[in-house]
Amino acid sequence: MRTDTADVERPATAPTFQHIGIGRRLKNHTATGLFTVSFLVAVVPLLWVLYTLLSRGLVPMLSADWWSHSFYGLLPNDFGGGIYHALVGTIEQSFVAAVISVPLGVTVGVFLIEYGKDSRLASTATFMVDILSGLPSIVAGLFVYALWITTFGFPKSGFAVALSLVLLMLPLVVRTTETMLRIVPDDLREASYALGVPKWKTILKVVLPTSLSGILTGVMLGLARIMGETAPLLILVGYARSINFNLFSGPMASLPLTIYTERKTPTEAGDARMWGAALTLVLVIMLINLLATLISRLFAVKTK
Amino acid sequence: MTDSTKSERHPADAEPGAAAAPSGPQDPKTPAEPRSDSKVVRIGDRVFHSVATGSGVFVIALIAAIGLFLLIRAIPSLQANEVSFLFSREWQAGDPDNLRFGIIDLAWITVASSLVALVLAMPTAFGISLFLTQYAPRSLARPFAYVVDLLAAVPSVIYGLWGFLVLTPVISPVAVWLNTNLGWIPLFADGNIPVGTGSNVFVAGIVLAVMILPIITGVTREVFERTPTVQIEGALALGATKWEVVRTTVWPFGRNGFIGGSMLGLGRALGETVALTVILSATQEAPSYSIFDAGATFASKIALGSAEFNNNMTVGAYISAGLVLFVTTFAVNALARWIEGRSGKGKE
Amino acid sequence: MAKRLDIQDLNLHYGKFHAVQDVSLQVHARGVTAFIGPSGCGKSTVLRALNRMHEVIAGARVEGKVLLDGEDVYASNVDPVQVRRTIGMVFQRANPFPTMSIRDNVVAGLKLAGEKNKKHLDEVAERSLRSANLWEEVKDRLNKPGGSLSGGQQQRLCIARAVAVQPDVLLMDEPCSALDPISTLAIEDLIAELKKDYTIVIVTHNMQQAARVSDQTAFFNLRAVGEPGQLVEIEETGKIFSNPNQKATEDYISGRFG
Repeated sequence: MRTDTADVERPATAPTFQHIGIGRRLKNHTATGLFTVSFLVAVVPLLWVLYTLLSRGLVPMLSADWWSHSFYGLLPNDFGGGIYHALVGTIEQSFVAAVISVPLGVTVGVFLIEYGKDSRLASTATFMVDILSGLPSIVAGLFVYALWITTFGFPKSGFAVALSLVLLMLPLVVRTTETMLRIVPDDLREASYALGVPKWKTILKVVLPTSLSGILTGVMLGLARIMGETAPLLILVGYARSINFNLFSGPMASLPLTIYTERKTPTEAGDARMWGAALTLVLVIMLINLLATLISRLFAVKTK
Repeated sequence: MTDSTKSERHPADAEPGAAAAPSGPQDPKTPAEPRSDSKVVRIGDRVFHSVATGSGVFVIALIAAIGLFLLIRAIPSLQANEVSFLFSREWQAGDPDNLRFGIIDLAWITVASSLVALVLAMPTAFGISLFLTQYAPRSLARPFAYVVDLLAAVPSVIYGLWGFLVLTPVISPVAVWLNTNLGWIPLFADGNIPVGTGSNVFVAGIVLAVMILPIITGVTREVFERTPTVQIEGALALGATKWEVVRTTVWPFGRNGFIGGSMLGLGRALGETVALTVILSATQEAPSYSIFDAGATFASKIALGSAEFNNNMTVGAYISAGLVLFVTTFAVNALARWIEGRSGKGKE
Repeated sequence: MAKRLDIQDLNLHYGKFHAVQDVSLQVHARGVTAFIGPSGCGKSTVLRALNRMHEVIAGARVEGKVLLDGEDVYASNVDPVQVRRTIGMVFQRANPFPTMSIRDNVVAGLKLAGEKNKKHLDEVAERSLRSANLWEEVKDRLNKPGGSLSGGQQQRLCIARAVAVQPDVLLMDEPCSALDPISTLAIEDLIAELKKDYTIVIVTHNMQQAARVSDQTAFFNLRAVGEPGQLVEIEETGKIFSNPNQKATEDYISGRFG
């Protein structure tokens, strides 16, 4: 055959490029393959969970009353009702948690970057923030229970939940603030000092505004995180199927608590309520994430 | 005239008059004439400095308070405990006059499910991190990384539902196969619920693995990204294949980061509550130390017990379990940060 | 306006590192004094010590005196904030505040000190931009962000910002080192105009620039790396560049080292 003769006739010079051994090549390809597959393995549960939520939660969510009614008065087998009561609780609790943890967290971040620098106190505080960010949410709940309910004698309430969410959101806010303040160039601080602006005003009027968009984005992401928290809610507040606007008294629903509680209704209607609430929770979280992206674009430092 | 006391002045000792000035809320709009505003400015700076420092102290005090309050609430119940707290397999906390609670079984379920999660998540996260930092096309690396981060955005209660209602029926044949073929190993022997039908530590571990995957990946990816380009290019210039580059530069550089990240993931897995409450609470039977057991972890025991939180002694029993969980996660997280901080500094 | 600076026995430290040793010199009012010397000789450090920017860096210490018209800026009853109001500074890299418009950048010093009168601020903005030779170029886009200007324009914006608080002295730390030749020329022209009203101290790496813009020149040097920087001599610029007193100065200027 032609190709055979061609092979024979080829002069016996060394190839231009050195050959790579089969073994090395094989290892290289195997590694590439394994790493690619491991990424795909991570995508599977994500898509699976989302598919589950959509396929089971979409129908109840599309009912007319979903966004405007509660589950009040529904019997185990009754379909219908809405998630309004849980939305109210989730929004109120996480909003109050944010209102407390954002100023506190930003101040801690300012301390760590602008004042603490390499001091002993700052490194201890950094360590404690690390510990706080690894605090199991159930322990946060227990602590608030031990402090707020057992020691101070307050009743279980949505506000107690908010307090426990503060513990979980605080480290997120501190981290974001730290990261964002760190990337503000020292040039700007110096420019401000050289104009005879005191340090506190420099921080307040020059440094923080420059990092505002980053901090806000981080705050929104933190908010999305605490909205899905369930464990502290189980200890700190009772579940109500009616609408309760009062953070300080009475049982109060929220999206995660609704999901957890309706799970125990062993009927199809109960399942529908549970999956509807689950899909709603994920939608709310996605909405907040989207808002975070929007904020980072909107408040980003403009150059044009 | 050189006078060393002139250096390094503190606002406090620089202006004696300022200390006597009223320390009420100072006017944020400082006077327009710049020369006369020094007192106001100094108070502003001092207030700001103290508030900032105070917040740092607050964070430290907060952690101390968590430990302290849990301890104070736990001690009376621990003293009243009729059985060994560490080694008893009983958990009867409802009657304040006859407290019988021990944590050995809680510890088993907690540790077993976390370890299953680590065994599954560590290699996967390692692969993902390498894929994202070294293999994926530059333009896709960011969106891909975002997809992995999305796993962290799904609330744990939803993972619990998914694991219990959707994953269990699908994955059970695997559990049955393991039990049938490897049942002679105690770990894969029959558990306290039927292997083929129920949700057990095995399923819980898989769900936990999914939950901690983004945590481990996040840390590892970041460290792998910081591998010095000089080293990578040096290896490439010697004719190394991609895998050899990874083995000789990226891995030695990022190993500590990977281990630290895995410890962070472990900390998260140990403290996970709701997903495991949903998945594992099918039985009250004592576990038989197999991964096909169901039961309660520290966290899920507390969550389940919240229904009987009606007197301080009962609550104290659960708080004792919470205290153990707090101390454990504290130690794991501290270790994780310590290892992570050493990344890139290792010998080699 | 425009005051004289007397530096007496100035020693500067960063932690344990002795950066500058025993510097004494006089900066004349309404004139340009240039600091030249090789890298690491401490000229920028001395400059930053003049308006107490030195102490912003952690671990920095100062010994000695800096007298502004006879008053020590390091006296115990003097607020560093007051000093910096009186002695303004322009940096190596233009650093307009990214969150503020061109106009707000110029009046930032006044606004942050509490000045609210919009009319007054507008006047100051225009006057300062005019004196920085920037007004004609930006008057139609005063509300655009400061970062939208070119590098040379940004540096003139920073000069306008420093001038707006009406300081007595203007310190410039290599203001042209990041600029192209045309922008550099614009800044040098500006310095020539500003010296009618201000006392100017400029640190520069560029000896031609020192020769072009300054009235007197101080040459700093260091014996070896790790040793503190010292003042070798300060003379009228013409004399330094034609007939310096010290051999080291002559070597440096003629390019024999550094």
